Amino acid sequence: MLSRRSLLLAPAATLIASQAQAAGPLKVAYVYVSPVGDAGWTFQHELGRRAVDAALGAAVKTSFVENVEEGADAERVIRKLATDGNDLIFTTSFGYMNPTLKVAQQFPSKKFEHATGYKRAANVATYSARFYEGRYAAGVLAGRMSKTGVFGYIAAFPIPEVLQGINAFTLGARSVNPKAVTKVVWTSSWFDPGKERAAADTLIAGGADVVTHHTDSTAVAQAAEEKGAFSIAYNSDQSKYGPKTCLTAVTHNWNEYYIGRVKAAIAGTWKSGDVWGGVKEGMTKLAPYNAAVPEAVRKDVDGVMAAIGAGSRRPFAGPIADQDGKTKVAAGQALADKDIAEMKWFVDGVQGKV
Amino acid sequence: MRLERRASASRVMAVLAPVLALVCAAAGAAVLFALLGRDPVSCLHTLFVAPLEDANGWSELALKATPLLLCALGIAVGVQANVWNIGAEGQFTMGAIAGGAVALWLGPTEGWFVLPLVLMAGVLGGAAWGGVAAFLRTRFNAHEILVTLMLSYIAVQVLGWLVRGPMQDPEGFNFPQTRQFEAAAMLPVLLEGSRVTVAAVFALVAVPLAALLLGRTMAGYRIRVVGLAPGAARYAGFSENGAVWVCLLLSGGLAGLAGVCEVAGPIGQLTPSISPGYGFAAIIVAFLGRLSPVGMLFAAVLMALLYLGAEGLQITQQLPLAAAGVIQGMLLLFLLGADVLTLYRVRFGGVRAHAKASSHG
Repeated sequence: MLSRRSLLLAPAATLIASQAQAAGPLKVAYVYVSPVGDAGWTFQHELGRRAVDAALGAAVKTSFVENVEEGADAERVIRKLATDGNDLIFTTSFGYMNPTLKVAQQFPSKKFEHATGYKRAANVATYSARFYEGRYAAGVLAGRMSKTGVFGYIAAFPIPEVLQGINAFTLGARSVNPKAVTKVVWTSSWFDPGKERAAADTLIAGGADVVTHHTDSTAVAQAAEEKGAFSIAYNSDQSKYGPKTCLTAVTHNWNEYYIGRVKAAIAGTWKSGDVWGGVKEGMTKLAPYNAAVPEAVRKDVDGVMAAIGAGSRRPFAGPIADQDGKTKVAAGQALADKDIAEMKWFVDGVQGKV
Repeated sequence: MRLERRASASRVMAVLAPVLALVCAAAGAAVLFALLGRDPVSCLHTLFVAPLEDANGWSELALKATPLLLCALGIAVGVQANVWNIGAEGQFTMGAIAGGAVALWLGPTEGWFVLPLVLMAGVLGGAAWGGVAAFLRTRFNAHEILVTLMLSYIAVQVLGWLVRGPMQDPEGFNFPQTRQFEAAAMLPVLLEGSRVTVAAVFALVAVPLAALLLGRTMAGYRIRVVGLAPGAARYAGFSENGAVWVCLLLSGGLAGLAGVCEVAGPIGQLTPSISPGYGFAAIIVAFLGRLSPVGMLFAAVLMALLYLGAEGLQITQQLPLAAAGVIQGMLLLFLLGADVLTLYRVRFGGVRAHAKASSHG
């Protein structure tokens, strides 16, 4: 009985402790699914954390835990961060959804934010980005730069976020070259440089002259550089891995979002909610263009990005047909957010199976 | 320079060796912490003491050690018969899949029988996956080291396919996960407010059972004879194939139990990543524990402590994960080194006649 009671009291005790030091800096923690490295999904979140440090200085104290498995370990790490006095905790991978909610329930005075999930609570907000908007512009760029009209797409898993990207990329490419096709190869892993490289080699040998990827390594940009094919990188700017051929990258940018949320927490105005930002919010951007991209093409792609940001161009506006030629979105309509979020089909022009 | 087996290892040293290794590793870690600009004492405290300062810490330790111990016990029994099950990870995964499938299939069914069925399915799933390797070994002489390892990758891919396909949560926005299991299919927790389940009791009970099997039963005797002297075993009429089947079914079943206990415990659903490599880490645990059930119990607890301590170093000391990895590596190196020096002595210079013969032992 004694141990049970002390367990129940433990969160209460830390609650008092954290209130006592409320005058000090706000403690903010990040949970990462992979090591930080120098490119990729986690690296972009880490850039966001550093931006918070730079913008808010002594008003915050940030920390992170990297390479946290999405299984049973996540809940322990999140709870430890909460007991350790962190006031705002960002959990940056989908697999942390249920653990985040469980811990949040035990720490009602702490704030939690879960990236890419769909379950919320009074103290759990969710956030994600419309990376597909950047993908659409990248497709336009690929369509303009390609001679063969064949693109290679190395992708990890057929989840909605990945399918949105493949479809938007293909629709963008087809907006400038109606005959363009995207060949998809699945790697069944978020991070497997060997497989990603092999897939890129195969796709390039099969006639693709622009390759892109929805995986976490820099292998695709490197493979394309060696083979002399163009690449469009993902997550982070990878120009140093493809100095001659990496045309741009569809990047994630959490900096402004993180700074805004931490500021709100300090000011006491933080509220739970769901943010699904895109080009307009600056959450997805294109990295600086390669010297190989002609001025006219840059202008066009910049124009597409601006139109998406302004809302005058919507990547999933009809008419859109699926792989069987069946109309999915009629002309004059656009796919609703819910249908985009649950996407499980390919548009016409994609070669591959979901 | 060469190693020469000691005629009889010192008992005192056998006990002192791990302690000495721990001290050496702690000293090495302290140097590393100092080089990284941290206070060595408070870092060592974070690594070895802080995880055990409250009841919740102990419960997390037990939670983490349980799958390691269950998998290691099975692996060790196999090694005694010279059957090398490298693929506990796959059997763990198959156990989770089979148990999870039953839990999802029974859905909201209530009743005392739900959980036993789920657990049984987990054991059978793991045993079946071990059985595949046993069949290929006994029928086609395909070596189990390769087969069990390859089967691990297949199991993980099967899990990935199931949670994105037939078993996917229909209300999960197409994310790779199943529905969450109902309460009747979940293991009861031992300590209210913690996450440690009765799985920890299963693991603890398995320790004396494994010791009994190997030390006191005919089956265990046969297993050891097959491992030590296959020729003598054949002469005595002990079936080598029988030992292969027993070991792979048993270790597969134990790994399967560990797997189902993980998903019907702290995770509560099937997702693509249910194991941070427990099946592989268990190989280290088995050898760190010198293949003795009690030794493995200590080894599993130590490995679990290292995991928790490594998290603590990141959280409270803001040290990178790699620093914790270096310390874990040092500790394992010192432990194995101390073991070697307990059993062998280092000889410099010429080879002596009797040393030549015994050095291969």
